[in-house]
Amino acid sequence: MSTSLRNNRLPALTGLAFVLVVTAIALVFFYAPLDEDGLNQKIFYFHVAIALTAYACFGWGGWKALRVLWKRDERADLESYVAIHQGVIFGALTLVTGSIWARYRWGHWWEWHEDQLVLFLVLFLFYAAYFMLRFSVPPGPRRTNLSAVYALFGVALIPVSILAIRLSQRFIHPVAFDRGGPNMAASQFFTFCVSWAAMLVLAAALYNVELAGKRIDVRLKELREALR
Amino acid sequence: MARPGCSADYSGVVIQARGLEKRYGDKRVLRGIDFELARDAFLLVTGPNGSGKTTLLRLCAGLAAPTAGELEVRTERGRIGFVGHEPLVYRELTALENLELYGRLYRVAECRERIGMLLERFGLWDVRHERTSSYSRGMLQRLALCRALLHEPELLVLDEPYSGLDDDGTALLDRELEELRPRRTFVVATHEPTRVERFASSRLALA
Amino acid sequence: MTYLRDVGVLARKDLVLELRARDTLPAMLLFVVSTLVVFHFVLPGDSSDLAAAGLLWVALIFTALLGLSRAFAAEGEQGVIDGLVLAPSDRSAIWLGKALSILVFLGLAELVALPAFALFFGAVDGALVVGVVLADLGIAAVGTLLAAMATASRSRELLLPLLFLPLAIPIVVGGVGASVTDDPGRYVGFLALYDALFAIICWASFEYVVTE
Repeated sequence: MSTSLRNNRLPALTGLAFVLVVTAIALVFFYAPLDEDGLNQKIFYFHVAIALTAYACFGWGGWKALRVLWKRDERADLESYVAIHQGVIFGALTLVTGSIWARYRWGHWWEWHEDQLVLFLVLFLFYAAYFMLRFSVPPGPRRTNLSAVYALFGVALIPVSILAIRLSQRFIHPVAFDRGGPNMAASQFFTFCVSWAAMLVLAAALYNVELAGKRIDVRLKELREALR
Repeated sequence: MARPGCSADYSGVVIQARGLEKRYGDKRVLRGIDFELARDAFLLVTGPNGSGKTTLLRLCAGLAAPTAGELEVRTERGRIGFVGHEPLVYRELTALENLELYGRLYRVAECRERIGMLLERFGLWDVRHERTSSYSRGMLQRLALCRALLHEPELLVLDEPYSGLDDDGTALLDRELEELRPRRTFVVATHEPTRVERFASSRLALA
Repeated sequence: MTYLRDVGVLARKDLVLELRARDTLPAMLLFVVSTLVVFHFVLPGDSSDLAAAGLLWVALIFTALLGLSRAFAAEGEQGVIDGLVLAPSDRSAIWLGKALSILVFLGLAELVALPAFALFFGAVDGALVVGVVLADLGIAAVGTLLAAMATASRSRELLLPLLFLPLAIPIVVGGVGASVTDDPGRYVGFLALYDALFAIICWASFEYVVTE
């Protein structure tokens, strides 16, 4: 029986997340040197960190999906679902922060030549369909299996889409855009790392909170059934 | 939690269930089922509608896996014959074509002869070239029985095999069961046990 | 090999069923030509050939969706797929047999679509055809598995396009790239990579899509 309620990890994790996020914000606004982009560049620290965290969530969801199919571990189904749910939340945040950044850099709320943005749009569509799939199949082993297979497709789709989008830019935007990639100074890199750590721990905390909540739901339903 | 095994066990137990449980989401359909089915035995599964008879039979046939507990079916997939609520035949194919398809998939030797023999035994020879979409419920059930018996299965899992059959069909099935009874292992679910009681060597009543 | 024999038996079954029903393929043919006609009204007069080529791929993807939505129609109706799942054959053979029959339908649809496109919009070159062939493989592989998934859901007609389109985006990129750019080889290679990767994933995971 899950003792996640009594698990001391959860409050510690949440506390750590809070500390890291506050630290990251402080570092971003007070420590990291200004770049030629100005204030707008600050959002990049969060945007990239959130994006990487979204990948991590989808990857974790895929790993749990593999356990569902391979080890027939039914508990992993819920874990996979929650991980993907977190991934979609962070993915949406990636799109939002990316959009804000694009607005201040180029003047539009959307830029098709930003590979990262396009990728997350595609992934968002893919994982939104994951939820449609889950909601339209009644709960049970069939839904567990289908969700797991689809989550694994997602893991394969990420690198394929990255490649596809890059290839597509060649005929959509033949003019090479100056990416102005991260040639970061040490202080910027440090800030970025803290920011990334903050996002990962935040995701982990949210994941565990949601998982604990869903497990309680499941347990309640089981108890209700048993009393019938 | 095991799946139908790969090698036939010629000695003792064909199916073994321990603490078998099947859940569909929140609903627990089967709970704490224990039984052992020996070779050439006949397990009669009874119970009202909704008691999980169909689920249990689907588990035995290998169409579903248990959520908890153990189920060991020591017969390989190709040696199990299953009749469920649906006849499992393609509507736009003829009876002959359907049986040929299954004959190939089950690698039945001397397929044509066997199909012909079965169709005749179940009174479907005359309509073998008609698409099953034109069949009556009773004819579909007879065809389902042909399909289940086509590959001479060791284990027969029959879910309400008499449903939809008219008097002739019922007599045909009676005859088949009598003939096959000594040489095969059976799991039969029905909510009218009087018909098959004489065959049963053990009973399992689901609540 | 009995595996290939099973695949052949299943693919043949699907083709025979379509020959009897005669609904999916004619619908696909009519749909793709109608779509191409609609596209004529969509493109402004000074559009490049490239825009038209791009729209061809839209037509192909949605025609494929039409065909895929009927892929498991015969099996889905009365749970007939259980009959196939019970058989001793490998469950992936069900996927492969069905994908092969879908491939045939796609090929036949394109046999009409490409000449129609050439007639309405402009020449069709070798690279485009190669792209179409490779894209068909990917569509058939992934689409068949997703169609099986959708069959298990309450809203199968709604679900299939949602599941399919994000996965079809790389196929479209590869296909359009092969049609319009100067080095189609790169895109053809990408399509081959997609096909290989997803065919393996589909082959390995189909078992779990049809069993509980």
